[in-house]
Amino acid sequence: MFDLDKWQEIFSTINKNRMRTFLTGFSVAWGIFMLIILLGSGKGLQNGIDAQFRQDAVNMIQFGSGSTSKTYKGLQAGREIRFTNEDYEFLRRSIDGLDKISSRYFMWQNRVISYKQEYGVFDLIAAHPDYFDIENATMVEGRFLNPIDIQKRRKVVTIGEPVRKALFKKGDSPVGEYIKINNIPFQVVGVFSDKNERDATRAYLPISTAQMISGGADRVHSFAVTSNLSAKDSEELEKTLRAKLAERHRFDREDQNAMWMWNTLKEYKKFTNLFLGIQIFVSIIGAFTIIAGIVGVSNIMIIVVNERTKEIGIRKAIGATPFSVVSMILLEAVLITGLAGYIGLVSGVGLLSLISSILPQNDFFQNPEVDFTIALVSTGILILAGTLAGLMPAIRASRIRPVIALRDE
Amino acid sequence: MITLKNLHKSYVTGSNSLHVLKGLNMEIDEGEMVSIMGASGSGKSTLLNVLGILDNYDMGEYYLNGMLIRDINETKAAQLRNRTLGFVFQSFNLISFKNALENVALPLYYQGVHRRKRNQIAMEYLERVGLKDWWTHLPSELSGGQKQRIAIARSLISKPKVILADEPTGALDSVTSMEVMDLLQEINDEGITIIIVTHEQDIALRTQRSIKLRDGVIENIIYHKSSYKAVSSF
Repeated sequence: MFDLDKWQEIFSTINKNRMRTFLTGFSVAWGIFMLIILLGSGKGLQNGIDAQFRQDAVNMIQFGSGSTSKTYKGLQAGREIRFTNEDYEFLRRSIDGLDKISSRYFMWQNRVISYKQEYGVFDLIAAHPDYFDIENATMVEGRFLNPIDIQKRRKVVTIGEPVRKALFKKGDSPVGEYIKINNIPFQVVGVFSDKNERDATRAYLPISTAQMISGGADRVHSFAVTSNLSAKDSEELEKTLRAKLAERHRFDREDQNAMWMWNTLKEYKKFTNLFLGIQIFVSIIGAFTIIAGIVGVSNIMIIVVNERTKEIGIRKAIGATPFSVVSMILLEAVLITGLAGYIGLVSGVGLLSLISSILPQNDFFQNPEVDFTIALVSTGILILAGTLAGLMPAIRASRIRPVIALRDE
Repeated sequence: MITLKNLHKSYVTGSNSLHVLKGLNMEIDEGEMVSIMGASGSGKSTLLNVLGILDNYDMGEYYLNGMLIRDINETKAAQLRNRTLGFVFQSFNLISFKNALENVALPLYYQGVHRRKRNQIAMEYLERVGLKDWWTHLPSELSGGQKQRIAIARSLISKPKVILADEPTGALDSVTSMEVMDLLQEINDEGITIIIVTHEQDIALRTQRSIKLRDGVIENIIYHKSSYKAVSSF
C-alpha cells in the first residue's frame, strides 16, 4: 500500500509547514533525548559504584581486635584483646566456608622504603599469600608472597606499581633488587597492580618476617577472609567467627568493641539495593518523561488539526474522502515523530558517548550507556502515542462537514 | 441536472431550531447558468451548500444528475463532489501553503492522477485562465482576481457537470468581477451548468435566470434575455 504520490503530498506539506513540523518533532526528540540521558546516567552511576566494589573481592570479611567494653565471666571491661598466629591457624583449620584467609600485621612506624638514592614513605602490610586474591590484585612481574617466604621468614617484598615508579626511576626491573625497609634490606620478588590506587601504593611483606623484625612476636592486627557464600550465609559466617574468637579470647560475643568486623558482601548488598533504588527512580522519571512527551505530542497534534480545519474543509470540498484526510494526518504524525524520535535517540546516545570519552576516569560515574532495547521501545511508544494523539483529532476533522470548516469567520 | 422537491433544512443550535429552507422546489437544466439571489438570511448560501453536498438536508428530495442525494456517506459524497461538482468561493479557499499549480492540481490528486500528469493538466487550466506564468506563486502573492481565477481553474480541472459559485465576485472590484464573470460565461458556453449565489444585481443580470429566495422560499424567478453580450461589450 505504498503510495508514492501520497508521500510526496505529505512531504510537500511538511516542507511547507516547517515551524509546525519543528515544534512537533522537537517535543518528541527532546523527550527521547532526555530519556536516553537519564537512563545512561543511571547506568553510569551504577557502573561506577560497581567498579568501586570490584577493586576488592566483593565477598570479603575483615575483622580485628579491640578492647572489651563489657565485663565477661568476671573479667573486667577495658581489657585489650590480641589476636595471634594461633588464631590464624585455628580459623584456617576449623571454620567451614572460608575460601581465602590471611592475617595482617601493619608496620605503622618506620615506613620509609629506599632504593639507592630514592626513598619514600609507603604503607607496609604484612600478610599471607592468600591476601593477593583478597585484594583482587594482579601481578605485573615476578611473584607474590608464597608459603615458603612465611615459613622461612624470608626478607622479601612485593611492591605496588606506584612504589616501583617512585623508587626505580630508570625503569629497571626491580625484581631481584634489594630495597631497604627500616634500613633492613629486602629482596623485591614481584610488582603488582591494584585497581584501587590506595591499595597499590604499598608493599607486602611476609607476616612472619614483619613480626620478627618489629618485635611483634606472634601478634596479628587483623584478618581478612573471603567466602563463596551468599549474603545470608555470609552473615552466619560472621557470627561463627565472632563466637569462636570470643570463646578463645574470653569476651562477650555481643561486645562490638572487643572485635570489629567489616563485611564487604553486606555492604555490597546495601549498594545493590541502592542500585535497585536508582533503577526504580530512573524508571519512574523515565516513565514520566515519556508521559510528558506524549502530552506534548498530543497537544501539538490537536493544535495542528485545529489549525488545519480550514485546509481539511477545502480538501473535502474538492473531493478528499474521510479516509484520505485521516491517513494524511496520521502519516504525517508518524513520519515526524519517527524521524524526531530517531534524532533524539541518536543525539542522546551521541552525547553519552561524548561524555564517557571526555569525562576523566571517575570513581562514581563510569561508561554511561543505554539498553538499546529500552531506548527503541520508548521511541516506539512515543511514536505510537503521537499517532494515537493525532488519530482522535484526525477522525474528528474528517467528520467535520466541509461547510463548517469552510465557514468564513 | 438538478431537481429539488420540497426541500427542508433546519439548523439546530442548542434548544433553538432555525428553519432555513422551507420546502423548495426547483429544476435546473444541464447547461444553464442560474443565479440565486436573496437578502442575507434568506437561505441562499444554505441552499448552495446542500446543492454542493457540503451540508445535508432534513426533508424532501435532491436529485443531482438523476441521482437521489440522501443519506449518502462521506466517502461517496467526497467522490461526487470530486467528479461532478466544482466549487468557487467568495474567499477563494485556496490552500495557503501550496502554489497556484498545486492548488489547481489538487482535485486530480484525489482522483489518483499521478503527479506529473496532474501538473501537466493543471498547467493547461492555468493557461486557460491566463495565469500560466504565475504557477509558482503562493496565494498570498496573488491579487483577488488572480486567486479567483486559480480557484475557477481548480473547479474546472476535474471536468465537473456543475459549478457552484458562492459570491464569486464578493471580494473583487467591479472590473475584476466582470472578468471573472466573463470566464464563468465562457465555461458555461461549453455546456457546464453554473449556479451562482450572489446579492449583486449586475452579476445576476448576466445569468439566464435569477431565483430569488426570501425567508427560505422562492419569492420569484426572473428570466434575463442573454444580456451578457451587451454588458461585456461596454
